[in-house]
Amino acid sequence: MIGLYLPGRSLVHRMSAGAKLASLAVALILLVLLDHPWQMGVAALVAAGLYVLARVPWRAALGQLRPLLWILIIVAGLQLLFADWQKAVMVTGVMLISAALAGLLTLTTPVPAILDLCQRMLRPLQRFGVNPDRVGLAMALTIRCIPLMAGIVKDVTEARKARGVTGWRGSIIALAAPAVVRALRAADALGEALIARGADD
Amino acid sequence: MSVIRFDGVSHRYGERRVLEGIQLELTEHRIGIVGANGSGKSTLARMINGLVEPTAGTVTVDELDVRRQGKEVRRRVGFIFTDPDNQIVMPTVGEDVAFTLRRSGLTKEQIAARVEETLARFGLAGHAEHPAHLLSGGQKQLLALAAVMVAEPSVLVADEPTTLLDARNSRMVAGLLSNLGQQVVVVTHDLALLTEFDRVIVIEDGLVAADDTPAAAIAFYRALLG
Ligand SMILES: Nc1ncnc2c1ncn2[C@@H]1O[C@H](COP(=O)(O)OP(=O)(O)OP(=O)(O)O)[C@@H](O)[C@H]1O
Ligand SMILES: [Mg+2]
Repeated sequence: MIGLYLPGRSLVHRMSAGAKLASLAVALILLVLLDHPWQMGVAALVAAGLYVLARVPWRAALGQLRPLLWILIIVAGLQLLFADWQKAVMVTGVMLISAALAGLLTLTTPVPAILDLCQRMLRPLQRFGVNPDRVGLAMALTIRCIPLMAGIVKDVTEARKARGVTGWRGSIIALAAPAVVRALRAADALGEALIARGADD
Repeated sequence: MSVIRFDGVSHRYGERRVLEGIQLELTEHRIGIVGANGSGKSTLARMINGLVEPTAGTVTVDELDVRRQGKEVRRRVGFIFTDPDNQIVMPTVGEDVAFTLRRSGLTKEQIAARVEETLARFGLAGHAEHPAHLLSGGQKQLLALAAVMVAEPSVLVADEPTTLLDARNSRMVAGLLSNLGQQVVVVTHDLALLTEFDRVIVIEDGLVAADDTPAAAIAFYRALLG
């Protein structure tokens, strides 16, 4: 979900990261204050409209929401079981629309802009010993680790298949052990590279 | 060219002695380091920018001690590793190169211009907004090189920069390395890469076994391998 910035020149792209984050906060507050399904419908339309305005391809838009699918189904099911359909619409609507709006922020804002913003917001905490630069770097690395880990897991999965490891237990251990070793080694190497690139200045 | 000096340098990992009494002065433009697996090449290369500190003796770059003035040394000495995946920090190609310049004091526009120019120089023009992890292996190594060279170091050290690349990408990276104006120190098993170099050092078991022109040193190394 993170780090999927899609470059563009739309109004949404050109808005500053700070303005987008503030709007997101306001939108989330308004969202939980809604109390009729028709209002939720309007909110969903507005969110969809923003995606259109930002010219996000529908594939990328759905990609933002796919990880939520099962949670939404379960939540909706529980609400239908223990409450009513109105409640189900309200609860899943809030989840769906807030995820969509947060996703829109990451899709239309380059990571460095988000990092800059976080660093500026953390600056007041400097006097309590927080180093905004370090926090920004840590966030960048966290984002960087997603494709790195995905690559490691893919390699290990393929190697495991090539060696004919099957079955649940064998499979979990055969996946976890080499993946953890590789991840630790990658973390070491990344740390070294950061020093070489002058990140400890 | 910078002056890289190893003065009585030894290194141990615990009990294990990896380098012993290394005495070298590197002033040539292009210097190659070869040697068998485990002979101590990477340890030697890492010492040039202080990633590994000597357990005895001193390493200096232009009179700066890598142990005491590590940061200054690292500003002068760029380093690229075998696996470029491990040195990419930011999500996109352009952002990763810009990351190097984030403390340079340049304005956003100046940084953008430098990034653009450097990407073009290393065959990555038009890739600035491309996700870095989706590049091919060869392109990732080019990105690693661009990200280091954008800071204009006076020395570039590369530890087996072509080992993970196919023949074509490996030639391309080798060509770029050979054409840099900066001093380059390259550790490699790819002997063909070194034919145009000015000096080649053979490391064997933690010692300098040969230190000569590429032709002579490579002939020695081939004989050593049997
Ligand atoms: N962090 C470490 N801890 C302990 N021993 C190490 C460490 N790093 C390297 N060594 C050992 O030091 C010796 C020299 O390692 P080095 O990486 O310098 O060799 P190399 O010439 O680069 O080999 P290769 O061609 O395989 O890269 C090896 O025997 C290695 O096992
Ligand atoms: Mg090595």
